[in-house]
Parts: sequence; structure tokens; C-alpha cells
Amino acid sequence: MEFKIQNYQDTRSGFGAGLYEIGKLNPKVVALCADLIGSLKMDAFVKDFPERFFQTGISEANMIGMAAGLTIGGYIPFTGTFANFSTGRVYDQIRQSVAYSGKNVKICASHAGLTLGEDGATHQILEDIGMMKMLPGMTVIVPCDYNQTRAAVHAIAAFDGPVYLRFGRPKVPNFTSETEPLIIGKAQMLQEGTDVSIFATGHLVWKAIEAIQQLEKEGIHAELINIHTIKPLDNEAILRSVSKTKCVVTAEEHQRNGGLGDSIAQLLALNLPTPIEMVAVDDQFGQSGTPEELLGLYGLETADIIAAAKKAISRK
Amino acid sequence: MSEIKNLQRIASQVRRDIVRMVHACQSGHPGGSLGCTDYLTALYFHEMKIKPEVFEMDGVGEDLFFLSNGHISPVFYSILARRGYFDVSELGSFRKLHSRLQGHPTTHEGLPGVRMSSGSLGQGMSVAIGAAQAKKLNNDQSLVFVLMGDGEQQEGQVWEAAINAAGKNVDNLVAAIDFNGQQIDGPVSKVMPLGDLKAKYEAFGWIVYPLNGNDMQEVIDTLKLARKNAFQGKPQLLLLKTEMGQGVDFMVGTHKWHGAAPNDEQLRLALAQLEETLGDY
Ligand SMILES: Cc1ncc(C[n+]2csc(CCOP(=O)(O)OP(=O)(O)O)c2C)c(N)n1
Repeated sequence: MEFKIQNYQDTRSGFGAGLYEIGKLNPKVVALCADLIGSLKMDAFVKDFPERFFQTGISEANMIGMAAGLTIGGYIPFTGTFANFSTGRVYDQIRQSVAYSGKNVKICASHAGLTLGEDGATHQILEDIGMMKMLPGMTVIVPCDYNQTRAAVHAIAAFDGPVYLRFGRPKVPNFTSETEPLIIGKAQMLQEGTDVSIFATGHLVWKAIEAIQQLEKEGIHAELINIHTIKPLDNEAILRSVSKTKCVVTAEEHQRNGGLGDSIAQLLALNLPTPIEMVAVDDQFGQSGTPEELLGLYGLETADIIAAAKKAISRK
Repeated sequence: MSEIKNLQRIASQVRRDIVRMVHACQSGHPGGSLGCTDYLTALYFHEMKIKPEVFEMDGVGEDLFFLSNGHISPVFYSILARRGYFDVSELGSFRKLHSRLQGHPTTHEGLPGVRMSSGSLGQGMSVAIGAAQAKKLNNDQSLVFVLMGDGEQQEGQVWEAAINAAGKNVDNLVAAIDFNGQQIDGPVSKVMPLGDLKAKYEAFGWIVYPLNGNDMQEVIDTLKLARKNAFQGKPQLLLLKTEMGQGVDFMVGTHKWHGAAPNDEQLRLALAQLEETLGDY
């Protein structure tokens, strides 16, 4: 299959575009931001729907609580700040006021992972997927490019329940269809294959595409599935793929502990024990550097996915 | 040379370091750094009793400083290097791969002079209170300083700490706020007005000193007063009226330079306004 890069765009801009569109479509959509409007690309929403926008200043805990409150009365709040301040900083507020209370809050988190770059480890959260997926009733979505992030915003606006939407800062290849909707909980088949199943999420989906193209040249037919919904996991699609290929690679910009690989390993251990290799950060904090330097240093590059695929195949 | 003149010369070099550091990596936060340069110069080169030659985490018998608004790391790193905690040549590694000078300060790479990681706002004063209580347990008569941003005052944890410091008589704590009126999304007064900060802290039980944080004489005089008034039952706060971007004319009076790096031409214009007094790194 051919993957055509339409352009290079940041996923956070996909969020901004999607937010503006659903703001237009649905007067119940409201947005909150904690002093990072520009970074989250929320400017258009703020400009055209000022009465439905709440600037909270630098008070993320308060913002999450306010969002929970706004649902009481029928609004659909979208909160925007960096992924670290969307999760780690406000975990108990999300746990009690949003998740346990069953509130329809959409927690939208930018600058996730290492590719935030030079700001360094304080801001590079690599544990957020784990924290969010552990909360009962929380839906966790990690789209792979601009178009898919935009589609994700439409999907979560139409979905009733708390959602964590994770996206990032750098410009990356935008290759998914502009018109394809995102179906929550439904994995996206990108390439069918027989030798190994590669499950990737977020920025690493494009790296995985590069990896399968290289593997194909070496005569290895990899199957690539984009897991944009980490929770609820598409168990059926994963088990179907693995029954065929009999070995697995997972790839994500997150700690190995608590990430996508960990969810898939659990599914397989319980249902279909299979050799699995995980491309993820191995129990370390990040550091300052350019996104590409950091992906290389922490073992999240195309070459790492290729090596993991070969190793997984050798373990069959 | 008078003490004031000497401190101003150091501040000029620190400002050069700041703009050169953020220019070199094309990221980082020059605005707040330039605004707080005079205060940190006065602290590290005049007021604080410290031992930069032999950095010890516990700092027993030394005054301690915590940077809560960690994004102004450029000024912090320059001050630490110029004061002798590490070699000034290391400033060139700011925000680069494998550097000890991370985008936000951290203890993770063991950089001398840094005692706590910061970057996620709102946490520094709590840590400073803990360190101040440790000093009391150690019968240590030195002081603990902490610097915060004004936008940072919007974080609830700051007020938890403010209640604690006054309620538990943490009178060896000297906090300061970089009261520049700016944050990322615009003026603090628009983004989320703070009301009368002085009255708020006073109502909590603090001694508050409003002053011009870019006037070296006023800064050292107020610090002297704060040391005199320490150990009398109340925590103290310096409300530093500063200009974001102070020292570089085109960076003053706007929040534009909160987190933006100058290009080559802007660097040249900035350096032309800042005398090289101690030699560039
Ligand atoms: C908890 C947290 N939320 C948000 C941010 C992102 N952020 C970094 S600096 C900043 C503005 C800080 O304003 P202020 O304290 O006034 O500092 P100044 O802009 O004056 O340097 C924000 C929102 C952060 N670092 N930490």
C-alpha cells in the first residue's frame, strides 16, 4: 500500500481545527485553557466563540474542576493544556470530579512525549497514557497525524463520556484521509501482512510505516495496525492479526510501563500468549534535545522498529 | 568601584549570556530571565551567604535559593556559572542533547547549584518551606529564598504554601514574585487578574515589601531589611516590580519575548545594548 504525505503538520493544529469546527456545529461545545491558547492552537475558537471560552489562567486543577461543573447543565467541555499539566498535575481532580463522577469532559493534551523537545523532561510526560487508561470509564485516544486528530475531535464531541485525547508539538507527515472519520475503539488497518504484527500509536505510526517499507524490501511482510484508541482496545482486531502472524511489535512515544505495549501484552497473555517486542521508553526520564535526536537516543526510531520486528520473528 | 556599579556590571554580562544562550538553541525564555537578572545578581553576588566552590545539596550553614518559575532557567544558569558553581563555557550547552543545562532546571544531571527540579509551575514555595523547616531542625540561622512568577500565583498550591508559611511561622523564608504583569496569553490583568497581591499576602500574615526589582540599590536595601526582620515570626515577600525583557529595548513592555528566541539580527541589536563586562563565554 502506498502512503502519500499530503503535507507536514503538527497534530495540535489538527486539534485546533477540529475544535473550531465542532464549536461551529454544536453550541453546547465549550473550551477551557490554562494560559496556553497559542500552544494548543485554540485561537480560532477563542476569537469566534468568546462567550463559550474560559481562560482559567495557570490553574489546571481548577480548570478540570470547572470542566466537570460545566457538564452539569449540558455543556461539552474541552480542556486544553500540555499533556503533563493535563494528567500528572491534576490526576486526583480527573479521578474524582471527572472519571468517578462520570462527567462528559474531553481532556485535550498537547506536547506529549519526547517530541516536545528542548523544554526537557519536566514537560515531556511519558506516563500519561498509563495514568489515564487506569481510570475506570476513561477513553484514551492517540491519533497519528493532523487529519486524524481533527477527526478525533469530531468523534469525541459526539461520544458521551470522559475522554483523554493526546497529541503533540512537532510537524509530522500528514497522510491519513482528510475525510475518513475516526471510529472510537476501532483499530485502523494500514497494511496487511503475514510475518509480524506491528501495533503503533501516535507519532510512531509514521515511523512504523517507514519500517514496514524497509522490511518489505528485505522480504518481510509486516502487518501494520494503527491503534489510535488505546482504551477501549480493539481486542478483536489485535487477536485476529496475531493469530495470523504469531509475533508482535508495539511502538509508542511513552514509557513501556503502562503504555500501549503493556495493554496488548496483557490481552495476549490472557488470550493468546505470543512473542512480543516493545518499542517504548525504558523506565527513564527524557531530556532536552531536538525531537529527532531524542527519538534516536531513546530507541524510538524507524531502525528500532525494524530491529524489534526481526527479533520478534526470530522468537516465533 | 561602588558595590552598586559592580553588581550592575555583573548584571550586564548575565543579560548578554541570556540572549546568547537562547539564540544559540533557538528556544527558551529570555523575557522573564532579563527581568529577574537584577534580583538574582543581588542575591547571589551580594546578599546570600553561599559556598559555590563546594556545592553540597544540604547546604547546611548556607542560604538557599529555589527557582519556582523554572522557565527562566537562562538567568539562573548564567548566575550560577558566573558565581563559580560550574564553568561558564558550559552555558553553550543550554537545551542541547546530553547537557546538564536542561530547558528547565533539574537535579537529575547533578548540575551544581540546583537543589530542586522546576518547570511545572507552582511547586517551589512548598519545597522552600520544607527546606526552611529543615534549617530550623538543624538550628541553622541562614535563610531560604524562593522566586516565583506573577502568573504562577494563579496556581492553587502557591496559596496552600502561603497559608502554611504564615500559619506555621516560617520566618526564615524570603519569597519573591517577579511582578512583571505578563504571562503567556497576555497581561496577567486580562488572563486572570490577581487583585491586590500585597493585601492578599498581608491578609495571610506575611510581611510584604513592594519595590522596583530592576533598581539594584532598592533590591539590596530591601534584602538587607528582610534579613533583619527574619526570625520574628513572619514569612516575608518581595513584590518585585520588574519589566519583562529589561535591558533590551525591543523586548520590554510585551509578553512576546516570554518564550521566543531572537534571530541573528535581533541578537546583534540586543548585544549592542549590553556591555560585555566579564568576557563572553
Ligand atoms: C503547571 C504549569 N502550567 C503551565 C505551564 C506553562 N507555562 C510556562 S511559563 C507560563 C507563564 C508563566 O507566567 P509568569 O509566572 O508570569 O512568568 P513570566 O511569563 O512572567 O516569565 C506558563 C503558562 C507550566 N510551565 N507549568
